[in-house]
Amino acid sequence: MDAIFLQFLNGLDKGGAYALIALGLTLVFGTLGVVNFAHGALFMLGAFCAVTVRKILTLEMIATDPEKVTAWGTPLEIRTPYVEAWFGDFGSFMVDYSVPFSILLAIPVMLVIGIVMERGLIKHFYRRPHAEQILVTFGLAIVLQEIIKHYFGANPIPQPMPSVVGGAADIGAAMGMDPNVIVYPWWRLIYFAFSVVVIGAVFAFLQFTTFGMVVRAGMADRETVGLIGIDIDKRFTAMFGLAAVVAGMAGVMYTPLLPPDYHLGMDFLVLSFVVVVVGGMGSLPGAVAAGFLLGILQSLASMTEIKAIIPGIDQIIIYLVAVIILLVRPRGLLGRRGVMES
Amino acid sequence: MSERKDGPSRRKVLKGAAAGLVTAGVAPTILTSSAFGQEYRNKPMGDTVTLGFNVPQTGSYADEGADELRAFQLAVEHLNGEGDGGMLNTMQPKSLGGNGVLGKKVAYVTGDTQTKSDAARASAKRMIEKDGALMISGGSSSGVAVAVQGLCQEMGTIFMAGLTHSNDTTGKDKRRYGFRHFFNAYMSGAALGPVLGQEYGTDRRAYHLTADYTWGWTQEESMRNATEALGWQTAETVKTPVGAGDFSQYITPVLNSGADVLILNHYGRDMVNSLTQAIQFGLRDKQVNGKDFQIVVPLFSRLMAQGAGENIKGILGSANWNWSLQDAGSQAFVKSFGAKYGFPPSMAAHTCYVQTLLYADACERAGTFYPPEVIKALEGWDFDGMGNGPTHYRAADHQCFKDVLVVRGNENPTSQFDLLNVVQQTPRAQVEYDPAIFGGDLGPYEVS
Repeated sequence: MDAIFLQFLNGLDKGGAYALIALGLTLVFGTLGVVNFAHGALFMLGAFCAVTVRKILTLEMIATDPEKVTAWGTPLEIRTPYVEAWFGDFGSFMVDYSVPFSILLAIPVMLVIGIVMERGLIKHFYRRPHAEQILVTFGLAIVLQEIIKHYFGANPIPQPMPSVVGGAADIGAAMGMDPNVIVYPWWRLIYFAFSVVVIGAVFAFLQFTTFGMVVRAGMADRETVGLIGIDIDKRFTAMFGLAAVVAGMAGVMYTPLLPPDYHLGMDFLVLSFVVVVVGGMGSLPGAVAAGFLLGILQSLASMTEIKAIIPGIDQIIIYLVAVIILLVRPRGLLGRRGVMES
Repeated sequence: MSERKDGPSRRKVLKGAAAGLVTAGVAPTILTSSAFGQEYRNKPMGDTVTLGFNVPQTGSYADEGADELRAFQLAVEHLNGEGDGGMLNTMQPKSLGGNGVLGKKVAYVTGDTQTKSDAARASAKRMIEKDGALMISGGSSSGVAVAVQGLCQEMGTIFMAGLTHSNDTTGKDKRRYGFRHFFNAYMSGAALGPVLGQEYGTDRRAYHLTADYTWGWTQEESMRNATEALGWQTAETVKTPVGAGDFSQYITPVLNSGADVLILNHYGRDMVNSLTQAIQFGLRDKQVNGKDFQIVVPLFSRLMAQGAGENIKGILGSANWNWSLQDAGSQAFVKSFGAKYGFPPSMAAHTCYVQTLLYADACERAGTFYPPEVIKALEGWDFDGMGNGPTHYRAADHQCFKDVLVVRGNENPTSQFDLLNVVQQTPRAQVEYDPAIFGGDLGPYEVS
């Protein structure tokens, strides 16, 4: 039972990441009708916002100690981060909390990247077939990841979480069980809570603001909204920016769980598309529900007891469930009639 | 016309006599000079000899590949008499004089393996067929090494493997034209086992997470053999997909498995991720069976340790070589490499540098670039002064035998490169084994 509960928790934080990426994908598809294969790259760019902030915060003063030499004969370098030299304990605090601080950078940066991407490239492909949209956005994703690799290298770059949440929470003890029976990393719990808050905020924005109402109307009937004098294109561009911000924030917060490298976006891209298809193309609640569902199923399928019955099930469970759902419900869990149907 | 039909013409007689004279004159030369007169693929005709360095320039191991390439470039400089000579000053015995190889200047071409077997074979083939490479070296994966080694056997080109740790490379997949200086999974287990026994006792239950490909399988098998010989039990062995990224679903079952040691048979990015996530799950803070939970990483490298950050502190593993070694050969190499590039070399760089020098030295000793003779010069060769003490290139499987390092993640690093402490330099005798246990067949010297 403990094992099932732990895998369930594991599925929730994994599902949180899937849902956040799939939410952005669905927003773009629902508003602009574009199948954006560069969306995983936005997740990766967000992660590298965190890397950049940490690199800036850990920029070091380099002094040399003429008394000591390296193994290759040059004077030994003594390195001290500028922020620690200038601000003392506050500087150390900034370095420790670099990942949460990175959100502050990621929001404007990702907004600008999203808008530039949409205005500069993707708008030219609105009326083109989906196959061409996929090709151009996939190409863009490769270009972005090669740029990141050029500047940051190919190796993963670890991003420590704040030390105060570096350990694991004893959930079992909090529920009255023996200590150390059910422990779970604090940051994974935080990531799950973060994904719930962001998803809730996006839904609230679309549901309870005038802007959101217009966007929803545009998603339902673009032409009619245009006929009443609303520039729906501008709002959809903003939604592309919002989707980029959501993906970027998800990427920032994921860095302590998975040291980011240039390939991070591709790792999530295929899974996220499966999530979108299972949830139903264009359905925001469907994307979120499918994200969590597939995350949980993937975790449960990794249990030793289940793999003993069906070897290798952990590798195929997501695709197996996708096939079954699409056979039973061809439009996905909460898919809308007419989306991607001729 | 009839005369011509009935007997040989004057022209035919002259031709026959000329052919007879040529045959009579040349045949003894062929017989006496043996290999020196042989024609073979990419025989150097000018004043240069070209080597092919096949390293991952893109993909997950690109940083490791870049370090290998730096080492190859340094080796070529030293062979051509440039720079401070590095290990040419410490290598014993040595036939190289710092004036190229057999009087020819060393040139090189490069290929990108992308850490994919098919891409690696294609780039090696291109270097052999189009660029005239006489020897291929490099790589950061056992899958790639086995694939390229097979190609080189077919093409009659010597392959001096780079970083490859699977038992299969010089075991069931060994080839006459393939040579490995790097250690292997068996040696990791043989070196680590006794240290694990000393540090963690003989009553332990180990849980293995294993990369699901040739290297992972042999690494797991070797670690199981070594730890079970100590008296440890194996709680579970779980194969994980290569490049899984998030290993949390594989780590969660470890928590309540009753295991008190987690052995991560992962390398590169997988190792960085699985170790980081295992630490986050609080495994090292746990007590199981009345003992502190431990994590072991059988194959460590400094480049990987950089990726894992703080998480490697105190973790035991093994390594082929480390820049902190104090022997004259290691220090000479670190000095050359550090002076040129500003940081110390990785173990991948070390093995590639040594392999290049060993190949060149074998050519000098053989007195020819003819591959079968160079192979014979490398087989059974004993040398020293290149790190890890006296080393032997075993003829039976083309595996190098030398001391193996047991290392631990440094608790108090003095620099960004000071990440691994050498706990023990395991003597070569302790990691030697009968080549028959891994089977395989080297194949012929001569290939068509």
